[in-house]
Amino acid sequence: MIVGALGVIVVAMVITLFRAFRGPRLYNRILAINMFGTKTVLFIALVGFLTGRPDYLDIAMLYALVNFVALIAVLRLTHSHDLIERASGGSQ
Amino acid sequence: MTVMLDITGAVLVALGSLFILSGSVGLVRFPDFYTRSHAVGVTDSSGAGLILVGLVTQTSNVETVVRLILIILFMFLTGPTATHILAEAARKDGVPAWRPGEKRR
Repeated sequence: MIVGALGVIVVAMVITLFRAFRGPRLYNRILAINMFGTKTVLFIALVGFLTGRPDYLDIAMLYALVNFVALIAVLRLTHSHDLIERASGGSQ
Repeated sequence: MTVMLDITGAVLVALGSLFILSGSVGLVRFPDFYTRSHAVGVTDSSGAGLILVGLVTQTSNVETVVRLILIILFMFLTGPTATHILAEAARKDGVPAWRPGEKRR
């Protein structure tokens, strides 16, 4: 059962990569990479249960945190102009 | 008792992986960024929650159950937040919404 779920998640990852390559502009790609990160978290948790080492859940939790922070960092990178404008009173 | 737990866990994991697969198919098939982010946000959080709850039934260690519940809580917290900030950033950048009858984007 866990092997079946692992196979399905790998197939879903490959399909998500198609959108990451294809997506017309920036936001589709950010969305696809965010989804890829969530699937990676599930993948690590399932592999941990498959090999009988539930300690992999620590790695999965760390990667869930890293994924979220990376998303916010990328959005800050593309929207830094907006943030600078807001911070300096919006007159520039 | 353990057979019941095993069956429940297997059903939950299968349902969760079905959600994940349908979310990724929706990512490919939907015509616009906003519809795709809706598909991803809903199915990612639900599928992850279901799979991790299914994994709770597979273990008997209390620490592992606590870690799994923490991961579930974190995914439920950050999934909708990520969807919201992505949609708001795209809206500010002027990504246009799709109307029925237009070409796929």
